[in-house]
Amino acid sequence: MLKTRIIPCLDVADGRVVKGVNFVDLIDAGDPVEQARLYQEQGADELCFLDITATHEDRGTILDIVSRTAAEVFMPLTVGGGVRTLADIRNLLNAGADKVSINSAAIKNPDFVREASDKCGAQCIVVALDARKTGPQSWEIYTHGGRHPTGIDAVAWAQKMAAYGAGELLVTSMDKDGTKSGFDLELTRHISEAVPIPVIASGGVGTLEHLVEGVRDGKASAVLAASIFHFGTHTISEAKHAFARHGIAMRL
Amino acid sequence: MTKTIALIDYGSGNLRSASKAFEHVIAAEDLDYRVNLVTTAADLALADKIVLPGQGAFGDCMQTLQSVDGLIATLEEKVLHRKAPFFGICVGMQLLADQGHEHGIHKGLGWIPGEVVPLQKTSPDLKIPHMGWNDILPDQPDHFLLRTIKSASNLERNFYFVHSFMFQCKERENQLAHAEYGQNVTAAVVRDNIFGTQFHPEKSQVAGLNLIRDFLRWVP
Repeated sequence: MLKTRIIPCLDVADGRVVKGVNFVDLIDAGDPVEQARLYQEQGADELCFLDITATHEDRGTILDIVSRTAAEVFMPLTVGGGVRTLADIRNLLNAGADKVSINSAAIKNPDFVREASDKCGAQCIVVALDARKTGPQSWEIYTHGGRHPTGIDAVAWAQKMAAYGAGELLVTSMDKDGTKSGFDLELTRHISEAVPIPVIASGGVGTLEHLVEGVRDGKASAVLAASIFHFGTHTISEAKHAFARHGIAMRL
Repeated sequence: MTKTIALIDYGSGNLRSASKAFEHVIAAEDLDYRVNLVTTAADLALADKIVLPGQGAFGDCMQTLQSVDGLIATLEEKVLHRKAPFFGICVGMQLLADQGHEHGIHKGLGWIPGEVVPLQKTSPDLKIPHMGWNDILPDQPDHFLLRTIKSASNLERNFYFVHSFMFQCKERENQLAHAEYGQNVTAAVVRDNIFGTQFHPEKSQVAGLNLIRDFLRWVP
C-alpha cells in the first residue's frame, strides 16, 4: 500500500539553514547537509530545500549543497526557489535533486511548465502555488510571498498546471502560512479532488493533529512542514506515529 | 582484482544519485568494486556488472541509448551472451520489455517478454503518477535478490516509486515482486542475470542500499 509522505522543508539562504533544529548532536546546525542527514535518521520520506536567496549570482551555492546532500542522503530531494529556466532545472537535477519546484516562473509563463515536463519528465516537476481565500470556496493565486494578487483562480490554475504536465502540486495557503493554526483544508481538498496528480499540503502546521487533518480531511498525498520540525517541537517519527494512530498507512 | 560496475551515462537524470548510492554501499561493505560512469561502448565492454538508470519517457530513453555508437550491441554481447549481471532502474527496467506504450508505441530491448503500459486509474481518487513509498511483495521469495527484503521490517520493505507506466510481464516467472496500487504493479523483474526494479533503490534509504548490496553480491 502507498504510504503518506512527510516532507520536512529547509529554508536555505546563502547556503545556510535559516531556521534550524538546535540539537546538541549537530556539529553545525546551520549546515543544510547536516540537517538533511538528521531528517533522514528520523525517517523523513522526502526532503525539500527552499532557496530563499535564489539570486542568479549565487546559484552555485545551492548546487553545491544539493550535490553534497545527494552524496549522503538517499531519499527524494526537491529544490525550489528561483527555478526559472530549463538550465536551472538541468543543473539542479545533475547536482542530484530529484524534483524541482516551480512557482512564479509558471505564472509568468505557463508554457515553461509544459516545456520542462516534456524535456525532463513530469516526475521531476512540482508546481508550487500560493493561494489566499477570496470568498466561500474560492481562492486566488498570489506571488511574492503572498503580497501580490494575480487574479488567477487557484483551483483552475491547479487543473491547468496538471494538464501542462506537472507531476505534483505543492499547495500553500498564504492565509495560514506561519499561523500554526492548521492547513486550509478546504483549499487542499478542493484542489486535490480537482486534479489527477498528487497534492502536497503546506502552510500553517502547528500540531501533529494538523498534519493528520491535511491527509484525512484535505485529501493530500503528502504533507510539508518546516517550523514544527525545525525547532524540534516534534520529530518526524512522532508525526508518523500520530498518523498511524489514525489508521493512515505510514512507512514506519 | 577490483571489479568494475558500469553505470551507463546517457543523460538520465538519476545517474548521480545512483552512482553515489553504489559508491556508498561499496565503501560501507568494503566490497572490491569500483563505479565507472560509461558513455561509450568501449568502456562498457570492460564492465563486470552493469547498471542502466533511466528517467523520462520510454521512447526518448531508447532513442538516446540507440544514438550512442555500438552501445546496444555491446550491451547485448555483455548481458545476453557473456551473462554479466544487469540492473535496470525505473525506465532502465522498462526498456527491457518488447515495447512501450508511452507517447506512441516504441520498441524496447526485448530481453524480458512484456509490454510497458499505463497505470490504470482503478478508482476516482487514485493519483497518477504512483508517487511515494510502497511496500513490495515478493513473487519469488526464495530468489537471492529478495533475501533481505523477505525478512525485513516494514520500514525496510518500502521503496520509493515514481512512475505512470508499468511493466507487464508476459511470463509469470519474470515477475520477481509487485506492489499494490489499485492494481498489481510490477515492482521487480528478473530473467537469469537480468534484473530490474520499477522503484528507485538509490532513493530508498536503507531498503535501497540493502538491495544494491545484494545485487553487488549476486552471482546469477
